[in-house]
Amino acid sequence: MTARGIPVGAWIGLAGVGLALVCAAFAPWLAPYGESEIVGDIWQPVGGDFVLGTDNIGRDLLSRMIYGARTTIFVAMAATLLSFSLGTLLSFTAAVLRGWPDQALSRLNDLMMSIPTLIFALVVLAVLPQEMWILILVMAVLDSTRVFRLGRAVAVDIAVMDFVEAARLRGEGTVWIIFREILPNALTPLLAEFGLRFAFSILFLSTLSFLGLGIQPPAADWGGMVRDNKDGIIFGIPAALIPGAAIAVLTVSINLVVDWLSNRTASLKGGRS
Amino acid sequence: MAEPRKGRASGIGGIVTARISGGPVRSLRARYPLLVLLGQRIALSAGLLLAVSLMIFLGVEALPGDFAQTYLGQSATPQAVANIRAELGLDQPAVSRYLDWLGGVLRGDFGQSWASRLSVSDQIAGRLGNTLFLAFCAAIVAVPLAVGLGMLSVLYRDRFADRFINVLSLGAISLPEFFVGYLLILVFGIQLGWVSFPSTVYAGMPFGARLQAVALPVATLVLVVLAHMMRMTRAAILNVMSQAYIETAELKGLSAMRIIAHHAAPNALAPIINVVALNLAYLVVGVVVVEVVFVYPGMGQYMVDAVSVRDMPVVQACGLIFASVYIVLNMVADILGILANPRLRHPR
Repeated sequence: MTARGIPVGAWIGLAGVGLALVCAAFAPWLAPYGESEIVGDIWQPVGGDFVLGTDNIGRDLLSRMIYGARTTIFVAMAATLLSFSLGTLLSFTAAVLRGWPDQALSRLNDLMMSIPTLIFALVVLAVLPQEMWILILVMAVLDSTRVFRLGRAVAVDIAVMDFVEAARLRGEGTVWIIFREILPNALTPLLAEFGLRFAFSILFLSTLSFLGLGIQPPAADWGGMVRDNKDGIIFGIPAALIPGAAIAVLTVSINLVVDWLSNRTASLKGGRS
Repeated sequence: MAEPRKGRASGIGGIVTARISGGPVRSLRARYPLLVLLGQRIALSAGLLLAVSLMIFLGVEALPGDFAQTYLGQSATPQAVANIRAELGLDQPAVSRYLDWLGGVLRGDFGQSWASRLSVSDQIAGRLGNTLFLAFCAAIVAVPLAVGLGMLSVLYRDRFADRFINVLSLGAISLPEFFVGYLLILVFGIQLGWVSFPSTVYAGMPFGARLQAVALPVATLVLVVLAHMMRMTRAAILNVMSQAYIETAELKGLSAMRIIAHHAAPNALAPIINVVALNLAYLVVGVVVVEVVFVYPGMGQYMVDAVSVRDMPVVQACGLIFASVYIVLNMVADILGILANPRLRHPR
């Protein structure tokens, strides 16, 4: 695999994801001003003293964007990691044990999936206190239903293979079978799904923040910044569109990378796509 | 290749033949496979609805957090908290409150809002109409467009038009609804001044003015749903196109359009109907964000407002209605899929 073998789309995607990750990792060093530091007039235009202008109460928009990358990516990544741990563990357990644990988990999963994710999140967040770890937990649990469905489908196929049978016959326990037999073989399809779920998590978190139910101010996150600056739209001030565009660019980038990776792994398996 | 098409042509014929060929001792399932299948699907949805109502009421109940305390603030005296709990009925056991609530819901009574003390049903009645109007307008535009583009994309598979549509739709899937919405407002509402913002509608508004008010929200919804629906349509048709009987038709020398219209489309009907219904269900949810962006007086906005002030009766009512619409649309998708697919009508 050489650098020239990577298609243009994948390069764009990698660049987008890379930029966002660098911003997230080195936010305090990259940002020209503080996260919630008021530095100028409200809604100053793009260019001039402030590269991207200022927001609704006079904070530097570029600095908020950079800190926002950190919050958005951290929360979305934490939620996705948690949802994958939960989803794969439960789905593999269901696939290995079969019988009533499988039935119970699958029916519960069907029930949770029968309510639209956003509506479910709204109902739950109406009750729970507004804290970041609760938000991550809610996002993770809701998302794990999708992981469960995929994970179970993949694991059921693997669980009937001969090497799993052999492991059972030589007396390995359920934990061994899940982690040593099924997990390594299910990793490839799950990794592709991970990218897609991560992109979805970013969109979902941004939507919740935009509705005022995600990250709470004064912490910066992209969805919340759209909400902060939305009133400027009426006066023709595009400040709300900048974080919106950042969300779009990041999710497009992730999708491009995932597309490329899944094409590549598909061609490794003899062109099965 | 003739088998599935023949089955499709005879709509109710399938049942009739089953009845004639079946002996007198055959079970209900063998005599009316379609009816039993549909009955099962409807019963499943009814059960699901009941379970969802349980989850929305009791599940929320089980989560930590005291409404009365939140309602009055931290400085409230225990006596005041106890009073408000008694007033809202929170001192009753959860199960009896659930049964009361469910009984009310079945009569169309969703109780009283905690914040405004108004009847939730009255508030919802007008807003539900507005929301359905918005979703309906979006569906009218999006469905034919998506199916048409999907077929076009298959016809020009792997050529420029297909790739172009593919790249555009990948982009559109990744766009958040609020970004599309504000972009449209800025361009068409503020800079060009073609439409008014916010998109206010009121009772007794003339139909033309109403259509103009929902133009931008509808455009946003269409953009958001279109890409998804089109990609799924494309995948559904491509799946059928890889079947052996399509290859036979190709080898017979039939034209591409004839193959798609006569051989692929009838068999792709079930998956496409499924795609459309699933996306309509998605539309109902997408409406929430779009309504907030455009300050449109619908259910979604009502629910989001209620969530931020923790007005639980409103949240539960809206949640239940949204979930019901979603479940019913999914059920319709499955039922239409069963009706359109001859192989599902005669399970072996």
